[in-house]
Amino acid sequence: MPTLTYRDALNQALREEMQRDDRVFLMGEEVGVYQGAYKVSRGLLEEFGARRVVDTPITELGFAGVGVGAAMVGLRPVIEMMTFNFALLAVDQIVNSAAKMRYMSNGQVGVPMVVRGPGGAALQLGAQHSQAFESWYAHIPGLKVVMPATPADAKGLLKSAIRDDNPVIFIEGEMLYNTKGEVPEGEYTIPLGVADIKREGTDVTIVCHSKTVAVALKAAEQLAADGISAEVIDLRTIRPLDTRTVLESVARTHRCVVVEEGWHFAGVGAQVVDTIQREIFDALDAPVLRVTGAEVPMPYNKQLEKLAKADPAKVIAAVRQVLYVD
Amino acid sequence: MSTKVVMEALSPTMEEGRVVEWKKQEGEAVAVGDVLAEVETDKAVMELVARAAGTMLKHVVAAGATVPVSELVAVIGEPGEAVEAGGNGKKAEGRKDGKPDAPAAAEPAKPAPAKPDSAKTEAPTPGAPAPGTQPTADRENRPTSMPPAPPAAAATEGGRVKASPLARKIAAERGLDLQGVAGSGPQGRIVQRDLAALSARPASAAAAPQVPAFRPIPAGEPFADVPLTQIRKTIARRLAQSLGPVPTFYLTIEVDMERVAEAREALNAAGQGKISFNDITIKAVALALRQHPACNAWWQDDHIRYWNEVHVSMAVAIEDGLITPVIRHADQKGLRQIAAESKDLAGRARERKLAPEEYTGGTFSVSNLGMLDIEEFTAIINPPEAGIIAIGRIAEKPVVHEGTIVPRKRMRLTMSCDHRVIDGATGAQFLQTLKGMLENPLALVW
Repeated sequence: MPTLTYRDALNQALREEMQRDDRVFLMGEEVGVYQGAYKVSRGLLEEFGARRVVDTPITELGFAGVGVGAAMVGLRPVIEMMTFNFALLAVDQIVNSAAKMRYMSNGQVGVPMVVRGPGGAALQLGAQHSQAFESWYAHIPGLKVVMPATPADAKGLLKSAIRDDNPVIFIEGEMLYNTKGEVPEGEYTIPLGVADIKREGTDVTIVCHSKTVAVALKAAEQLAADGISAEVIDLRTIRPLDTRTVLESVARTHRCVVVEEGWHFAGVGAQVVDTIQREIFDALDAPVLRVTGAEVPMPYNKQLEKLAKADPAKVIAAVRQVLYVD
Repeated sequence: MSTKVVMEALSPTMEEGRVVEWKKQEGEAVAVGDVLAEVETDKAVMELVARAAGTMLKHVVAAGATVPVSELVAVIGEPGEAVEAGGNGKKAEGRKDGKPDAPAAAEPAKPAPAKPDSAKTEAPTPGAPAPGTQPTADRENRPTSMPPAPPAAAATEGGRVKASPLARKIAAERGLDLQGVAGSGPQGRIVQRDLAALSARPASAAAAPQVPAFRPIPAGEPFADVPLTQIRKTIARRLAQSLGPVPTFYLTIEVDMERVAEAREALNAAGQGKISFNDITIKAVALALRQHPACNAWWQDDHIRYWNEVHVSMAVAIEDGLITPVIRHADQKGLRQIAAESKDLAGRARERKLAPEEYTGGTFSVSNLGMLDIEEFTAIINPPEAGIIAIGRIAEKPVVHEGTIVPRKRMRLTMSCDHRVIDGATGAQFLQTLKGMLENPLALVW
């Protein structure tokens, strides 16, 4: 199986879907001539031409709206947001139009659109460019929210997202684009709404997604050195949430820590905890703990930024707490 | 701080419940999880369990009362705490101004030992437990003469068992009592690992629910202790409620004694001592028990002991009572030996010369009033045995035999069964075997 970067896995998925279905087109800032701010769309303009790889002005609300309209009349737009920080401008189109259309048209008109781009923090991009907004979109009925953590998942999930008949918010990560992994060639899809056990364990379940999968795996590795066996569940899709995989795991391990990049209050982890305590209360031997970003705008200062992020040390501390060690 | 106890919906369809019996009397200490009362729902008699610890301050309703779900039935609180006449669980507040005089009737004042009139205010309030009924497992260092302090969060926490949901579930499944278990979690929370040591001990209730009521006893073992299943425990509890300490039921069977009579006549004609109908019945009972070991058992409160040995107790009337000497290993003894032993034992019983080991240790009993012309009767089980057979008189009766009405010797046997051990069909099958043996007495020989 070839080893690809996350970036190239996305590129492969886009290319294959555009080859497979000529209704699929890519639109966004710098996706064409510049081949993408993060080079995800490299070679696509050349292969598919300017009609299907469309450079836009810096008008997120505008081209998101064009995407909704195109989707309503039968195309399958992939709208690239340079980052999801900029997609804030397009939230009206995403929430009020894309998410509502099927419902308000009594099912007559759907919006099969993918809005994709990197989310969350990278390194020292400052408070306005370092935000994880998945919980915002996951809050909206009518939207699906997908967040792959590995190159293979990026390919398989993007292909499924493009084929899905509903608006899908597809959040990547700037820090993920250069990560490498084996990616199956050709037709390879992963269904939306299915979590993945990235590491099996028996003592505690660590639920995570996107960039925090690597954090959790690193923590699990260090915990194993102390004889603690952690299971790492990558949600992969935030909504619909694969509660079954999470619940089955926690029912076995009796302890859980939920990790995410975003802020604590009303975060994705809050939804996970809600489900666990409601469905399998009697399986719990400890309160479910959450490791999140600090409740502050992301500091620019390098050291403070490091402190504000979820990291393996924080995950390990939470795991030890739910295991009542120390 | 007092806690209101309300009638809980103990079944999904329950709208009201009848308080059958208060299990915690006023003044008694209550721990979380204790059974406060038995409540009859639309389906069954269930347990109303304490959700808070403290002292049972007041039964708002009496036993026998039917109460809608959510209505107040009792109040739990601190010993001596005031309860409103209406039983609304008003909490007892210490006076804030510190003045001991003119307290509200049901409101204990702050302690002021120097002032004599404060003593008045410490008089037991309506609904408070009588002096001397303070629970022994008392709160920290509070002097018992002191009126209860205003509710502090810690005080409420004092009696509550802190345990993780998983620990509670494990405890419930294994029948462990979490009260008193040392918790290793934060603030003494009992967590899964704290139960590891407990579950290692031979908890009688720890058995898997699929334990069969009876399993063959390994050869060579005098007995096997079988833990109680949940159903068996429930049967025990329920039946004991209705019928008294030993929930007894009775099975009567009529046995044709023609052939036993013939056999006995022949045996006695041969000399070497007389064999009684009683001896023959003892032998038959012993052999039938061998075939029905489920009836050859002791009720041991938390388990049932199934015996691999058959020791038949026989009730012997003595001057001012009765005693039950035991024919040991009766299944392995010949009729003549049984006859000799029973004669010897009965004789010495009447002279009160039995050693204790001679009248204890039976696994099943027989009692015979046939010689006193009793047709049939019910005998009282001799605990921990689980069954006794009452032997009635042998009388000639008109019976239909091979198509014609003929006089035949008939005898009625009534078996009293401890339902906690023996179910109806189990006892009936045993009696059927016994009847078969007596009606074909050659079976006793072979």
